[in-house]
Amino acid sequence: MSEGTLYDKVWEEHTVSELPTGQTQLFVGLHLIHEVTSPQAFGMLQERDLEVAYPELTHATVDHIVPTADQSRPYRDGAAEEMMAELEENVRDAGIEFSDPTTGDQGIVHVIGPEQGLTQPGKTIVCGDSHTSTHGAFGALAFGIGTSQIRDVLATQTVAMEKKDVRKIEVTGELGPGVEAKDIILEVIRRLGTEGGVGYVYEYAGEAIETLDMEGRMSICNMSIEGGARAGYVNPDETTYEWLKETDEFRERPERFEELKPYWESIRSDDDAEYDDVVTIDGSELEPVVTWGTTPGQGIGIDDPIPEPASLAADKQDTARRAQEHMRVTPGDTMEGYEVDVAFLGSCTNARLPDLRRAAAVVEGREVHDDVRAMVVPGSQRVKAAAEAEGLDEIFEEAGFEWRNAGCSMCLGMNEDQLEGDEACASSSNRNFVGRQGSKDGRTVLMNPRMVAAAAVEGEVTDVRDLKEVTVA
Amino acid sequence: MTDEIPEIGSVTGTGVPVRGNDIDTDQVIPARFMKVVTFDGLGEFAFFDLRFDEDDEQKDHPFNESAFQSASVLAVNANFGCGSSREHAPQALMRWGIDAIVGESFAEIFAGNCLALGIPTVTADHDAIADLQAWIDDNPDGEIHVDVETETVTYGGNTIEATVDDAQRRALTEGVWDTTALMKSNADAVADRATSLSYTDV
Ligand code: SF4
Repeated sequence: MSEGTLYDKVWEEHTVSELPTGQTQLFVGLHLIHEVTSPQAFGMLQERDLEVAYPELTHATVDHIVPTADQSRPYRDGAAEEMMAELEENVRDAGIEFSDPTTGDQGIVHVIGPEQGLTQPGKTIVCGDSHTSTHGAFGALAFGIGTSQIRDVLATQTVAMEKKDVRKIEVTGELGPGVEAKDIILEVIRRLGTEGGVGYVYEYAGEAIETLDMEGRMSICNMSIEGGARAGYVNPDETTYEWLKETDEFRERPERFEELKPYWESIRSDDDAEYDDVVTIDGSELEPVVTWGTTPGQGIGIDDPIPEPASLAADKQDTARRAQEHMRVTPGDTMEGYEVDVAFLGSCTNARLPDLRRAAAVVEGREVHDDVRAMVVPGSQRVKAAAEAEGLDEIFEEAGFEWRNAGCSMCLGMNEDQLEGDEACASSSNRNFVGRQGSKDGRTVLMNPRMVAAAAVEGEVTDVRDLKEVTVA
Repeated sequence: MTDEIPEIGSVTGTGVPVRGNDIDTDQVIPARFMKVVTFDGLGEFAFFDLRFDEDDEQKDHPFNESAFQSASVLAVNANFGCGSSREHAPQALMRWGIDAIVGESFAEIFAGNCLALGIPTVTADHDAIADLQAWIDDNPDGEIHVDVETETVTYGGNTIEATVDDAQRRALTEGVWDTTALMKSNADAVADRATSLSYTDV
């Protein structure tokens, strides 16, 4: 069992009791909710005549179903309107703060928590959403939970959990030009597998991680769950503190920052912490990674050949064969030149300001390929406003991208933004599952935001490093 | 809450095999069926895109076969339920009729969601699962006994050694899998925690 890690310390700090099941009852410092997974939980509370115990520790947003084009109410999609109305009623009755679209603070739950300063080191954070692991970038312990657990958290502000092992993933060296945080995590999942993290939380460390900005760390922690890990985190450091200082929470209350900093420092993993497993990856050897299949673990470097299913582990062959058939790719080829119909720049993995900036730098002075429909969906209203203040919207629009309102959008196709038929999509999101982007024949290729920009202008999967006159790095 | 939470020592019923590794929750219940505010009626959408083509014509899928319509034990392969945390996935399976799942391995959030509904997720090795799936194909009316207490799965005269996660076994067999009331009873300790943490203003 691990000892002296951030995970051990935060776990200890939040333990309320040991349950008869052997699980631990953990106090939840921040509960984030959205419209898809919370209504049933509120329904269950009502059935049991229970109230929300700590509404002040809960924060709501709307992201999955929100239209990203016309947002006037009632929403054109009746089901979306019903879900939104239900959330509005639930948060009003319970007295829960709600970053709804009229506030200018709305956005994808894993984008708004950090930008409002709700996400802090050493907090336990839960949300009925698997990508809650994102918040671990700040040294929080953040887990996705199911709806029955949301009910538990609403009713008790605690959750029943089993302690996991801790695997340290050390990414050494400096990333090469054109290589990003997204490539690190796609490589981690490729190497360790989509179920390699089952039973673990991941601690990301090493030079390549420590030199990343907070947004990069969030991209990595975000996809921990795609590797099967229950959570992922990075120890808080100066980069973390600089970000926190600029948030609503601390800008106006700098004394609060100083008050909390000793706690944040105290929960960092000790230098002599013990881990259950350690994996080292040489970051300087990485290339931009793209997926060729239908799980996020089916990735390869842009110059590498698509694997022959027979060359893979026995339990991966069948999935690989089906994936290659679905994607219509041939073993031995690289993904370069794979034609795309759609380019989607968005999602809680890669729709923050620096992501959009890097993609805009690739797009500037170029045009979206004639056969491609391309869209940018900023992660939050604040990201959108900040990008517009820099003129990024004009760069994208001039190139032929659609510039949308904030939401999950085509990451999962629950609103009107969906793939049609067997369209292929270069996507900065996190899941390439069959049907994920709204069409069951749709084909998703995951990649970093600059690679999405390159695919949009070339009409095919392209190594962004080969595009002339682009300042990569 | 006054309802007694049932103790679940075992599940007995006929089986249905769904083969393949890495079957994610988007396959179990596609996102478009989640635009609902209750879980009622999700059963008919279980595995929808694997069961129906564009014209809503039935495709080959065990959940479409008449022989398996009354099945309650689902037999699956590795990493079942990966991906999204949506509880809609086990809810859809439960409402279709599934009371227990036997597989090679399960994604953790999915297994946790199943537990919250009182559905055991029992694991066994690759060969044992393959044999069980083949037997179900040949014996759609044959009874399978999933014993959570003794960690065995018995069918057609065979008994296979299975594994049930410790916390899950205790939660199910002692009837403490619905944690709300249990945790609510520690409200004072929770309040202490809330005030002792440095970052809470409560
Ligand atoms: S952007 Fe995608 S992955 Fe992120 S919360 Fe929304 S649907 Fe989930």
